[in-house]
Amino acid sequence: MLITCPICGARDVEEFTYWGDATVAYPALDASEEAWFNAVYQRENPSGDHYELWHHERGCRAFLKVRRNMATHFIHGCELVGPFAGTESAT
Amino acid sequence: MTAYRLPASNPSNAVIRRDKSVFFTFDGQQYMGLKGDTLASALSANDVRLVGRSFKYHRPRGLFSAGPEEPSALMTVGEGAHREPNSRATMVELFDGLKATSQNRWPSLKHDLAAVNGMAGNLLSAGFYYKTFMGPSRDAWMIYEHFIRKAAGMGAGSFEPDPDTYEHMHGYCDVLVVGAGPAGLAAATQAANSGASVYLCEDNPQFGGSLLGDFSEVKGKSAPEWASDQIDALKNNDTVTLFARTTVYGAFDDMTFGALERLTTHDPNPAQGQARMRHWTIRAKQIIVATGRIDRPIVFPGNDVPGVMLLDGVHRHALKYAVAMGKSVSVFANHDGAYGAIADLAKAGVGIANVIDPRPTVTMDQAELVRQAGADLIKGAVVCGTTGGRALKSIKVSKWENGLLSGGSWGLECDCLAVSGGTTPLIHLASQSGARPRFDEAMSAFVMPGPLPEGWHSAGGAFAEFEMSDAIRSGTRAGSAAAKALGLAPKRATPVSITGIDFSLAPDKIMPLWEVPKSASGSKQKAFVDLQHDVTADDIRLAEVEGFHAAEHLKRYTTLGMAADQGKTSNVNGMAIMAHALGTSIEEVGTTRFRPPYIPVTLGAIAGENVRGHLQPTRKTPMHDWHIRHNAEMMNVGLWKRPRVYYKPGETLEQAYVREAQCVRASVGICDVSTLGKIDVQGPDAGEFLNRLYTNGFAKLPVGKARYGLMLRHDGLLFDDGTTWRLSETQYLTTTTTANAATVMAHMEYYLSVWWPDLKVRVSSMTDNWAAASLAGPNARKVLASVTDFDVSDAALPFMGVTPASIDGIYCLIARLSFSGELAFEIFWPACHGDTVWRRLMDAGTPYEITPYGIEALGTLRIEKGHIAGGELDGRVTADDVGLSAMCSTKKDFIGKALMTREALLAEDRIQLVGLVSQNDMALKAGSHLVINETAKEPAVSEGHVSSVTYSPVMEKYIALGLLKGGRDRHGETLYVTDPLNGTHIAATVTDPIFYDKAGEKMRG
Repeated sequence: MLITCPICGARDVEEFTYWGDATVAYPALDASEEAWFNAVYQRENPSGDHYELWHHERGCRAFLKVRRNMATHFIHGCELVGPFAGTESAT
Repeated sequence: MTAYRLPASNPSNAVIRRDKSVFFTFDGQQYMGLKGDTLASALSANDVRLVGRSFKYHRPRGLFSAGPEEPSALMTVGEGAHREPNSRATMVELFDGLKATSQNRWPSLKHDLAAVNGMAGNLLSAGFYYKTFMGPSRDAWMIYEHFIRKAAGMGAGSFEPDPDTYEHMHGYCDVLVVGAGPAGLAAATQAANSGASVYLCEDNPQFGGSLLGDFSEVKGKSAPEWASDQIDALKNNDTVTLFARTTVYGAFDDMTFGALERLTTHDPNPAQGQARMRHWTIRAKQIIVATGRIDRPIVFPGNDVPGVMLLDGVHRHALKYAVAMGKSVSVFANHDGAYGAIADLAKAGVGIANVIDPRPTVTMDQAELVRQAGADLIKGAVVCGTTGGRALKSIKVSKWENGLLSGGSWGLECDCLAVSGGTTPLIHLASQSGARPRFDEAMSAFVMPGPLPEGWHSAGGAFAEFEMSDAIRSGTRAGSAAAKALGLAPKRATPVSITGIDFSLAPDKIMPLWEVPKSASGSKQKAFVDLQHDVTADDIRLAEVEGFHAAEHLKRYTTLGMAADQGKTSNVNGMAIMAHALGTSIEEVGTTRFRPPYIPVTLGAIAGENVRGHLQPTRKTPMHDWHIRHNAEMMNVGLWKRPRVYYKPGETLEQAYVREAQCVRASVGICDVSTLGKIDVQGPDAGEFLNRLYTNGFAKLPVGKARYGLMLRHDGLLFDDGTTWRLSETQYLTTTTTANAATVMAHMEYYLSVWWPDLKVRVSSMTDNWAAASLAGPNARKVLASVTDFDVSDAALPFMGVTPASIDGIYCLIARLSFSGELAFEIFWPACHGDTVWRRLMDAGTPYEITPYGIEALGTLRIEKGHIAGGELDGRVTADDVGLSAMCSTKKDFIGKALMTREALLAEDRIQLVGLVSQNDMALKAGSHLVINETAKEPAVSEGHVSSVTYSPVMEKYIALGLLKGGRDRHGETLYVTDPLNGTHIAATVTDPIFYDKAGEKMRG
């Protein structure tokens, strides 16, 4: 599988670390136990397109939000997450 | 004599060299073959018919095919550490000195005691092991497992380390062509001529596939000559790379392919250092699958006697290797394509006795071909049984009318029966593209319906282009399509004319026949579907009766197609028999999905160079060489090499670390702690960030102070601990445990990117930038004061104080921290000066007999102090479990706070940190369990476990830290530290986890 990092270009998946479901909204630190329980443990397992976080750990160390089809592994696109989100040039 | 080498005077295009003899052994007996032979063809030329025993019943098995589909002739090639089990004799190139041994037999191939399984065959039906051993009582399995394991299984690997080397390579091409038969050669030629870079991979040692040995003429040349011309042209083309002996075994995401290239498996004297195999990761833009096709058997009673073969196997042995598989060959086939093979066999000089065709009529041409071959044509008949144990003696033939046996059977003598029930396209690789195979009624075969996914192209027999001319044409077409997809203009290709009779199969020229049933009065012989796993037609029907209908269920219940050959010759018949039993269509039953690898791939090739010292990177601290020079025994800690102990002459490990620990407590010691994770945290919000990360507060930590901190996971359990030093208003230096350095760093990046991108903080790993030492002991300050002009007095640098300083002009950071419980300093200095400063400290310590200490003594000192480390931080404990709940702030929020107070995490019987003291001078072992039972005789309930152990010079006893249910209230209790694996059961007293200087006066002194 290849992931096209907006900073580095297409790279083998070996360079990346999977960081899970990118659609989970983690609550504030002072939120309830229940809100935290849901954020930590409850996950959808969709067949089809899904958003995931990947860390380019053996590359530029950016966090990427990747839209990937869980059934075919096809990657529709990636974007930077974090303070520089949206500032990258199109690739 | 039955099988033999055809004389040189016969017409032949064979690839063997009659002038080059090759000597080899099989089961210790020496034989002679010819250069160009496979192990299978050479054994056959020597009339070795019995080549193996089957998996379950240990029945005698002979050669079945001439190609990669071989289910029966699996052998162990090589000896000792070089042995390679389950090698298909049909794919093993013969070389001088090759040593092959048969498998699945004991004590010998001819006299196999386990063959009695065959007599008890009705007991060993589908699901036998599940039903018998996994039922209500599993006791039987316990008793019989040893014997079953001995009888089952394929060849045995070597228990010695693999002495060979293997390579990993990455390849990139425009077009990957898999298979170099007529279709593949044409495809590669067309793609290359159109300007694409091409990889052409061929499983066999020679390129050409079915063209090799063939009697057809292509463009006025013999088929092998035409192939040779094509190959030469490809070799002269710089954009084409040819790979012989290379199997593309798997397709992976994004057009990535795995291929195995065998470099020396055929070479008796490989060059020194030459890798045995090379694993290729190939990234292609387009792939053309030209993997060809194989013959399909017909299932009938007694079909596993050595001498019953696929027609294609008999044909290829005769044409490619000039080996006749019998003196009197009978053919049993149900389609037109077989007649081309009969004509070829006759031309090559193979004696054909009878041709049995279940169809009531054949064409005049076909009848004439049989007559010219000197054989009798028996129409409307089938083979319904065999005689012969270790070699075929005769076949039983019966009339076949309207799909049923009719009348009685009669015998016909023959020493080889060549069977062909149709053609199976080799769709394994193509089906890995994700496209689903479909059953084509007209072809009577599973085919890949077009179009394949983007980037995939098909050519030749694998896609039911069975005629040689069609195969070449489809190859050219695929080459053009691939070129077009690359944006290249395909070159105009000239059509190819072919003369001769194709050994091929056209649609609707076949009468589907999957199985000849047992007659009511006739044969009681088993009819095998899967020859490698001994799955019979009756097993499949039993699976149907017991409800395992779907293809995937049938496969798992009967093990049909689950052997090393992935059911290449058995799947389709199995599905057909199931469909018949269910009264449905084969399409309805479907086929199982083929997954990589297409062939067994040697583990060594997958490991490649990543073995032994190259298994993972080695990390060395800047003082590594000094440690080695000073007699350190190095130990792996993650990727790091760390000194375990520094031996003095004659010392044992325990004597060494006890001495080191004593010297620290008595005077001064020095320990390399460069492996600590070190993260520079900078920015105006750095304090706020650390406040959220750690359970305790860091925002208000004064500049020039360090603080010990705890980090939790989201779920509230302990993640890591370490000290953080405030270097300025906006800069902190965070240290982590050695083990978690990378993980903590990644988590910090995650939080700053995903959770709190608004925080103005940057983090940077400094682990490799700083060399670090811990200087510990009552004389530590005196040593330090003698190497730096900076004031390190208690007033200037109190406990937990941090200061920048310099040693001999080298910038450093000094923090007064103690892991050992003694007066101690952590000194960080640039890694490039690692050895210089370390030696300076050693020199300065000489008057105090400074002692370098390793991680054993480091452990001793911290266990005596009750500090937690990796053994306790095992991902299952809370801060409260290890007695650190006071460090969890109630005044601020932090990661993990919301979930750390869940009911179960507060339960009274949670495991809690305790000390343990051995009552009888016996060493305790980490990982042992704590039980209340005085003896180990009865199974006991675990009350907890031992996490860290040492001999304590302070206590003069073996002590440990452990995690014990409700442990804080159990001090003084006697428990037993039990380790059933090593047979120890030791009484120990539960104590407070802090054994030494509980008030902390020494480290504050």
